Amino acid sequence: MTAALKAKHQRLILVVIALFVIIGAGLLAAYGLRNEANYFYLPGQMAANPPEVGQPVRLGGMVQEGSLSMLDDGLTVSFVVTDKEQATVDVRYSGILPDLFVEGSGVVADGRIAPDGVFVADQLLAKHDENYVPRELQGMDQHSADQTLETLETGA
Amino acid sequence: MIAELGLAALWLAAALAALQLIAGALSQRDESGELASLARPAAIMQGLLAGFAFIMLLWLFAVTDLSVKLVADNSHSAKPMIFKLAGTWGNHEGSMLLWVTVMALAGSLIALLERRLPERTMQATLAAQAFVGLGFYAFLLLSSNPFERLPEPALEGAGLNPLLQDIGLAFHPPTLYFGYVGLSVAFSFAVGALLTGRVGPDFARAMRPWVLGAWIFLTLGITAGSYWAYYELGWGGWWFWDPVENASLMPWLAATALLHSVSVLAARDALRAWTIMLGVVAFSMSMLGTFLVRSGILTSVHAFAVDPERGTFILALLILYVGGALLLFGLKAGSVAEGERFSVTSREGALVFNNVMLSAILGIVLLGTLYPLLTEAFDVRVSVGPPYFNPVGAIFTIPMLIVMAIGPLLRWKGDSIRRIKLPLAIVAAIMAAALLLVIVMGDYSILAMLGLAIAIGLAVGSFMPLRGRNLRRVPIATWGMVVAHFGLAVALFGMASESAFSEERLAAVEIGQSAQVGPWTVTLDQVKPVAGPNWTAIQGDLSAKYEGGETAILKPQTRNFWAPEQETTESTLATRWNGQLYAVIGNEAGQGRWQLRLWWKPFVTFIWYGGILVALGGLLALIGRLRGDLKRRHAKARLEEQARYRDEEAPV
Repeated sequence: MTAALKAKHQRLILVVIALFVIIGAGLLAAYGLRNEANYFYLPGQMAANPPEVGQPVRLGGMVQEGSLSMLDDGLTVSFVVTDKEQATVDVRYSGILPDLFVEGSGVVADGRIAPDGVFVADQLLAKHDENYVPRELQGMDQHSADQTLETLETGA
Repeated sequence: MIAELGLAALWLAAALAALQLIAGALSQRDESGELASLARPAAIMQGLLAGFAFIMLLWLFAVTDLSVKLVADNSHSAKPMIFKLAGTWGNHEGSMLLWVTVMALAGSLIALLERRLPERTMQATLAAQAFVGLGFYAFLLLSSNPFERLPEPALEGAGLNPLLQDIGLAFHPPTLYFGYVGLSVAFSFAVGALLTGRVGPDFARAMRPWVLGAWIFLTLGITAGSYWAYYELGWGGWWFWDPVENASLMPWLAATALLHSVSVLAARDALRAWTIMLGVVAFSMSMLGTFLVRSGILTSVHAFAVDPERGTFILALLILYVGGALLLFGLKAGSVAEGERFSVTSREGALVFNNVMLSAILGIVLLGTLYPLLTEAFDVRVSVGPPYFNPVGAIFTIPMLIVMAIGPLLRWKGDSIRRIKLPLAIVAAIMAAALLLVIVMGDYSILAMLGLAIAIGLAVGSFMPLRGRNLRRVPIATWGMVVAHFGLAVALFGMASESAFSEERLAAVEIGQSAQVGPWTVTLDQVKPVAGPNWTAIQGDLSAKYEGGETAILKPQTRNFWAPEQETTESTLATRWNGQLYAVIGNEAGQGRWQLRLWWKPFVTFIWYGGILVALGGLLALIGRLRGDLKRRHAKARLEEQARYRDEEAPV
């Protein structure tokens, strides 16, 4: 923009450039969100319609009683995540289990399906305290949050 | 009695806010009316009363008065005193009272100190401040009364979430709130100016210190929060793109843009309507953050009040204030006269670029934060994390940082690139050299490599405005800019270095065995039980050797609190000038082994040093501006005095 350009157009041009950039940002954001958002799966959904191997997803459900075991390296644990329909997903996780991670409790796992079909978690989010339920678990089977909380606490 | 006093003060403060609103609004029609003189005193009294109410709540927490519901639900008599006090705002009601108190105090400060604005704009500003305040008083008194009594006093309190029982709670929420709510002043100024249509350099100079003040607190609050999450959660990360973190980042981005556009308005009388718009947007982002946090509609470590009624209430307030202000903006922006013009290659041009980029980043963060809510409406659950925010945000952050390295060298109004080609070439050469160096050094992610190169270039570029100047005569505000920009370079260096060079080691070790992470050799000396005032813990005693030389002792713990019953991981850190060793102890791994998670994070501390430098730069700018204002006021007073003196002498 040189001095030769009509000065009175300047405001308009600035607004147009700003709009252009903001719209560009919006489009980029939309593109990014379509590709990078982590989709949330319940065990039933994952069993019925598994995501592609290696695609980052979130798995939420309850840790099945008696399924938690530690492998010989002392670092990797394996457990089964289940839901009310009794669908199950095998999960493997290497690392320190979060506070409050116990069998029969709710868990949200970030990770991906490995080629051998096991869900490999990079990070586990357990309940933060006895009143907290990961939001994705609320109403997971269309019941009210209270009922879900109850089931999570009794571990049914 | 104390609780009733607090509640009475709160109701009185709300009544005064109503009075302030009416007085301010009526004086718009009749400037000389008697009501007009009421707005200022009402604002000052309102601040005092809200402050009094807050002190009463602090008192209740200090003495652990278990007949008060909030105290019984959130405190415990066995808690250390500092956490009893900090626990006042570690819950929904208390933190909303803090919000309202800060807002009322900010209102009384403008009423007390602000003398530069035309009286009519001032009245409109106070009315707007009271109008926003009233909504939050209503929210507090009608749905979140912190002073509610229990029919029967509880025998013992339920305790505070152990994750919050940390010194971070004493500093992080109040500083953040000073920032969030301090932006309400910018909002009220913007609304006031829209109502009276008087926007110009004087308005900008009056608004700037308030924006700067809020921005300093916001910067410190975010920096403190990031460090707190880093050591308290034990995940080794310093930023998770958690919705609540985003909720604090968005007002910061808007306030940073506002800070720069208000400077253009003050210096050059340009970007009038845009500055007003940013004033509205910045505080809107604060309120949106409150809504996201308080309604619990998003998954977050901060979501402690899942109550649909409260969420609806805040949503209604949000729509009322943001919608109202934007409507007002739409109706009145046309009447704000166009400001001065400038050429693209000028200081203004660079600052407009900064503003547009910041707005784009703000939009990206906003969309990413709200996207899960959007898809949930269609029954699809998603979470959005670093794979989205990092690359998409970087597309706009990188050009902004590059322009930031040279923008301050440009002159106001019009300049040519040729004039600054030498510093331009120096900065570009440094960035290119640094980029080459990291590419040669190893295989790191693109963003980390670009980050390192830009950080080094920006660090040099930020000092360029001082080149060839007599350092003793450089204004304090300019030093502020230099320090803040340099701070951002330091923080960026820390972020990029942490992302590129961090090493992680997960190991199961027996007592006496060692694990290697980066230059450190960490030995597990023993594992023993220990006890604190309201917890017991398993503690691992680690001795760590840096490259076989100096030794550091680390004592990570797994703590079991009993009120409320909860387990937390207490990480420990060994800090050197060039980074931090971060250690967490896990469960027993069988066969006498214990799980250890170790990180070596080179230069990670630069992230927070940088944040502090940025805030320090803001403080210098604030001091510089205030001194300038005082000088100007003084000079004006002297001129008036001289004029009067001449007038008196003239007839003789």
